[in-house]
Amino acid sequence: MTQLALVIDLNVCVGCHACVTSCKQWNTSGWAGPMVDENPYDANPTGTFFNRVQTYEVGSFPSTETVHFPKSCLHCEDPPCVPVCPTGASYKREDNGVVLVDYDKCIGCKYCSWACPYGVRELDEQQKVMKKCTLCIDRITDHTLPEAERKPACVIACPTNARLYGDVHDPDSEVSVAIRERGGYALMPEWGTNPANHYLPRQKTHMHVTEEDLQRSDNPLTKEDITVYQGEETMEDVTW
Amino acid sequence: MHPAFSVIFLTTLIGAGQGLFLALFTGQFYSTVELVEPQPASFYAVGSALSLALLVGGLAASFFHLGRPERAWRAAAMWRTSWLSREVIVLPAMMGIVFLYGVFHWAGWTQPFIVLGEGTLPIDATFVLGMLGVLVTLALFVSTGMIYASVKFLQEWHSPYTIVNFIFLGTASGFMLAAAYSALLGNHLVGFFGTWAVIATLLGLGTRTASLMRNASIKHRSNLQTAIGIRHRGIVQKSQGFSADSFNTREFFHHQSPETLKLIRVMFMVLVFPLPIALVLLAYALASPTLPILAFVVQYIGLIAERWYFFAEAEHPQNLYYQQIS
Ligand code: SF4
Ligand code: SF4
Repeated sequence: MTQLALVIDLNVCVGCHACVTSCKQWNTSGWAGPMVDENPYDANPTGTFFNRVQTYEVGSFPSTETVHFPKSCLHCEDPPCVPVCPTGASYKREDNGVVLVDYDKCIGCKYCSWACPYGVRELDEQQKVMKKCTLCIDRITDHTLPEAERKPACVIACPTNARLYGDVHDPDSEVSVAIRERGGYALMPEWGTNPANHYLPRQKTHMHVTEEDLQRSDNPLTKEDITVYQGEETMEDVTW
Repeated sequence: MHPAFSVIFLTTLIGAGQGLFLALFTGQFYSTVELVEPQPASFYAVGSALSLALLVGGLAASFFHLGRPERAWRAAAMWRTSWLSREVIVLPAMMGIVFLYGVFHWAGWTQPFIVLGEGTLPIDATFVLGMLGVLVTLALFVSTGMIYASVKFLQEWHSPYTIVNFIFLGTASGFMLAAAYSALLGNHLVGFFGTWAVIATLLGLGTRTASLMRNASIKHRSNLQTAIGIRHRGIVQKSQGFSADSFNTREFFHHQSPETLKLIRVMFMVLVFPLPIALVLLAYALASPTLPILAFVVQYIGLIAERWYFFAEAEHPQNLYYQQIS
């Protein structure tokens, strides 16, 4: 079975919000109608977004680190938001594991948003239906697009390649390898939701510099230096 | 969580309606076995109409909770997995039974078709409907409670207390209403319903206090460390990713001070439990026809506060992600 997902590399995310804007642009222009934006140029702008980039500070000054943290629906493998939906509007696609909302069935009861621990479902204040990340289902399943473009808008937009996309059930996929080899982890594992999306931790690169790195141990001139001069050598003996 | 008045009225109104139906049938049962004096058909018919009105009122309130009320019929689809769906089925079923129960009494279709227990327990159509009604009432209490109790990461709600509180508090207010109704009619059931109302209120006091104590010392399983997956004690959010508010900041926060919460808690602990009990006792002592009505009204107002607090108290783990607007 296929389980499509994102893997977010916190090590390289610079918090530029390119994924947020490209997501909004793609999904507000699509078949499902616009995503509301109220007072966009005024005080208190508010609207529906599938993806948000948050910022955290870890540690205390001076040893702090800024962590930019993109967050969207994690397309859980055991999504608690799906069974609670009274209408069946929330569902998980059998073929690729993407969790979706059927906007024509949703009654806007908000129960699914209560049943998601991650706060990634947002009620559209104008259409009055629940909205959330679709993993750009209309791009990734569109076979008229060239293969390279059959990816979520955010993945294509990310300038630092912090967003990897693929099938986490295929052990050889880029995402599976990244999770396996770079310590990929899930959010709030305590609830057993089994999120498909994973995060790659920040890694500090420590450089260890030895004396030999600074001074080549096989430096021929160094070797020359340790020769003990007895006075009888000619230049032919010490150079070549 | 943000306490929405649509849901507060839904749960308190149908609770009172369910309790009233339980009271009516308890009255019928006791008079069938001749423990209390029999009542005229109109007592049950009008009582059922009152119960039905409360159930309809609750249903009407629930529509205000929906973004798309015109599609509400779809909500019956997923009864296999969703408690909300189950409630949506059981509530109209209960309405239908209460309606029939009232109509059968009104029309006088109360000829016993079988007599059990050596001539002491005549069974008629209203008795069968009443028994069915009791089952459906309990099913409705359980469905309503489970909507909240089944969300496991809303730890304040994820407990059997949620369901027993709904049962006892709804039953209490229904019996209070039955006592008020009897007092208004001037029949002799005031003391009978009043006694049951006090018993249900005391049971509710026990379970509600227990749930308050449980929630006061609750240890939340999620924290900022598990939320973003970084093992460090010193994590602060600097930006939640947008500069004003969003659905996530409106739906899951009550935006009230801890003092307000405390005030509401004290208020409902007084209005729901000791005050109505005192009023019922006083009414009994003075044989007052109006004090039971006051007792019901006071308790109902208290229950609105109680339900408000029930929602406000619940801390959703998503709130960890929405701490800092900037
Ligand atoms: S992240 Fe939330 S909305 Fe998405 S599948 Fe998981 S529980 Fe459902
Ligand atoms: S808001 Fe819509 S998708 Fe969510 S539970 Fe209600 S009907 Fe289902």
